[in-house]
Amino acid sequence: MSDIYLDNNATTKVDPVVVDAMIPYFLEQYGNPSSIHKFADGVARGLKHARQQVQALIGCEHDSEIIFTSCGTESNSTALLSAIKAQPNKKEIITTTVEHPAILSLCEYLEKDGYTIHRMPVDKAGRLNLESYKKLLSDQVAIVSVMWANNETGTIFPVAEMAEMANAAGVMFHTDAVQAVGKIPMMLQDTKIDMLSLSGHKLHAPKGIGVLYLRRGTRYRPLLRGGHQERGRRAGTENSASIVGLGKACELALEFIEYENTKVKAMRDRLERGITEQIPHCFVTGDMYNRLPNTTDIAFEYIEGESILMLLNKAGIAASSGSACTSGSLEPSHVMRAMDIPYTAAHGTIRFSFSRYNTMSEVDEVLKVMPGIVATLRKLSPYWDGNGPVADPEKAFAPTYA
Amino acid sequence: MWDYSDKVKEHFFNPKNAGAVVDANATGEVGSISCGDALRLTLKVDDDSEVILEAGFQTFGCGSAIASSSVLTEIIKGMTLDEAMKVTNQDIADHLEGLPPEKMHCSVMGREALHAAIADYRGEEWKDDHEEGALICKCFAIDAVMIEEMVWANKLRTVEDVTNFTKAGGGCASCHEDIEAILEKVLAEKGETFDPTAAPVEAPAKIAAVKAPLTNLQRIKKIEEVLESLRPALMADGGDVELVEVIGNTAYVNMTGACNGCQMAAMTIAGIQQRLMEVMGEFIKVVPATEMAKLVNIGVA
Ligand SMILES: Cc1ncc(COP(=O)(O)O)c(C=O)c1O
Ligand code: FES
Repeated sequence: MSDIYLDNNATTKVDPVVVDAMIPYFLEQYGNPSSIHKFADGVARGLKHARQQVQALIGCEHDSEIIFTSCGTESNSTALLSAIKAQPNKKEIITTTVEHPAILSLCEYLEKDGYTIHRMPVDKAGRLNLESYKKLLSDQVAIVSVMWANNETGTIFPVAEMAEMANAAGVMFHTDAVQAVGKIPMMLQDTKIDMLSLSGHKLHAPKGIGVLYLRRGTRYRPLLRGGHQERGRRAGTENSASIVGLGKACELALEFIEYENTKVKAMRDRLERGITEQIPHCFVTGDMYNRLPNTTDIAFEYIEGESILMLLNKAGIAASSGSACTSGSLEPSHVMRAMDIPYTAAHGTIRFSFSRYNTMSEVDEVLKVMPGIVATLRKLSPYWDGNGPVADPEKAFAPTYA
Repeated sequence: MWDYSDKVKEHFFNPKNAGAVVDANATGEVGSISCGDALRLTLKVDDDSEVILEAGFQTFGCGSAIASSSVLTEIIKGMTLDEAMKVTNQDIADHLEGLPPEKMHCSVMGREALHAAIADYRGEEWKDDHEEGALICKCFAIDAVMIEEMVWANKLRTVEDVTNFTKAGGGCASCHEDIEAILEKVLAEKGETFDPTAAPVEAPAKIAAVKAPLTNLQRIKKIEEVLESLRPALMADGGDVELVEVIGNTAYVNMTGACNGCQMAAMTIAGIQQRLMEVMGEFIKVVPATEMAKLVNIGVA
């Protein structure tokens, strides 16, 4: 049995077809797309084609609405900073408590500069309350930034509806769709979304390439100024090979989107059902009924995530965890805290994220080892006694804080 | 993932002494479920010789927490309680061939569980003596609480001050933004504003660190020397400190004046302890002399 990769929300394998499409841009068409000679004359065409491939995947109206950036994080930063630069009188930002750090850290930083950040809470299933959202919208708000799908739980937010509401209130709307693009169908031209971030390495393109979608007519201020690349909206010589790779990856993602939502989803569902049926005291986190097809995040009570990952790794299985210890901080993931998952479970969450490269036999392999791993660690746990948790675990073992 | 040593992996994959000791007569429970690390250590101690016959652990935590617990039980089996008291968290880390800085707290937790268990056996109450915050400086494994305490205790004003007093920030420098944030916060609490160009606070008095283990007399002298160097700062705040007794590695002090009983006392004591440890290069615990009376009552001192 070769190693099993179930960490596709962290990053993905580059599709070999994508690699093939990129090679000529390293070895032959390596000229600067701005130059006028034969080393460059195919590059502009390659970039144009890639732009159209991205356009097709996200369903936007014009290919000039695609701005290539260096990653999802850059797209997010560009979107927020552009909105506040372009509307200097508006001092509020609406976001959620469960965004990626690429949004949350930036907001924290802006808070120090005097911005008011409204971080919308989620319920125990990770859902937002649109009534409270509506009340926050006002002419003071520079931008709403809400992720399309959550990277840990896969929970999908109703961004199309939220963009309509923002639009009706005259507020700009951005979505971090890094986890959603390529996994669920989208047609941006039918929405009121003004800006959207995506990242190549989540959909089988290389790392270090991203896109900011910018609806035509949206007021905009570039983050990087300099040359005329990307029509002056993102200066810096184009990462042409990666852009071409991303284009190819988008074309493939569109081709496989049905597969993702049937075959990939079936693998996820089988793993999830198998684990929750075989292993006591574990549960799925997030919104079961509104989720990415490839993601399941399961909380194993009374044990800690990093130790689960280490045993999985030994069994040749790669996954990831919302455990604090994988990040070196003391708190479990902010997403688990936001959903009010108890600490005895929040520290033991494991995310399995699939791609079209996974197979059903891999699912069976994981199902074979998972119960043993959980049992091994529970045997060591002070919260566990024989076949079940100790009675009233948080009281039975209440250590002195150290 | 973490770059764990082979020893850590060995103890994680094949933990020794897992589970509770059946007829244990000492138990130590430390950690915090919110931080994701908690440990129960059970010991069977021979009542005549005070030798630890059996040790068992139950741990909720990451790979290095489990490995630290496992190696701790191996280290202390066969030791007397007095010998076991001398085991430091560095000993635990050394037996594991090192831990990443983010994980040093796992070894601290091991040592504290041991102290808690021994206190339990002796019928004492064990109180944990440090609080842990988010890791700020990865180069020197220094957390936010420690930096805050030092900023308070020594009136630090700049990143350079913090580096001089705690080492934090003296390596790769990537933690300087976080250190500035702490300075801003603490100075704001004191009604001051952070000025990155402020003149440096006088660096800690350079009293040569002593390498060889100190005799008790040397230790007392050194402690007095350090306390003397700290008094001017305390007196400026209307307080003072006086050394009452030294027992082993514990220094009992009287805090007087504005320091006595004020909310800053705990902070000041932590600051003094930190300075003593830095100068003397060994573990020193600073305890208010009022605590000593309690020890006398239960016949330890
Ligand atoms: C939701 C979300 N936003 C942003 C990012 C950051 O993307 P990148 O790594 O391309 O900067 C990630 C990736 O981890 C993500 O999951
Ligand atoms: S992290 Fe603080 S100096 Fe390197």
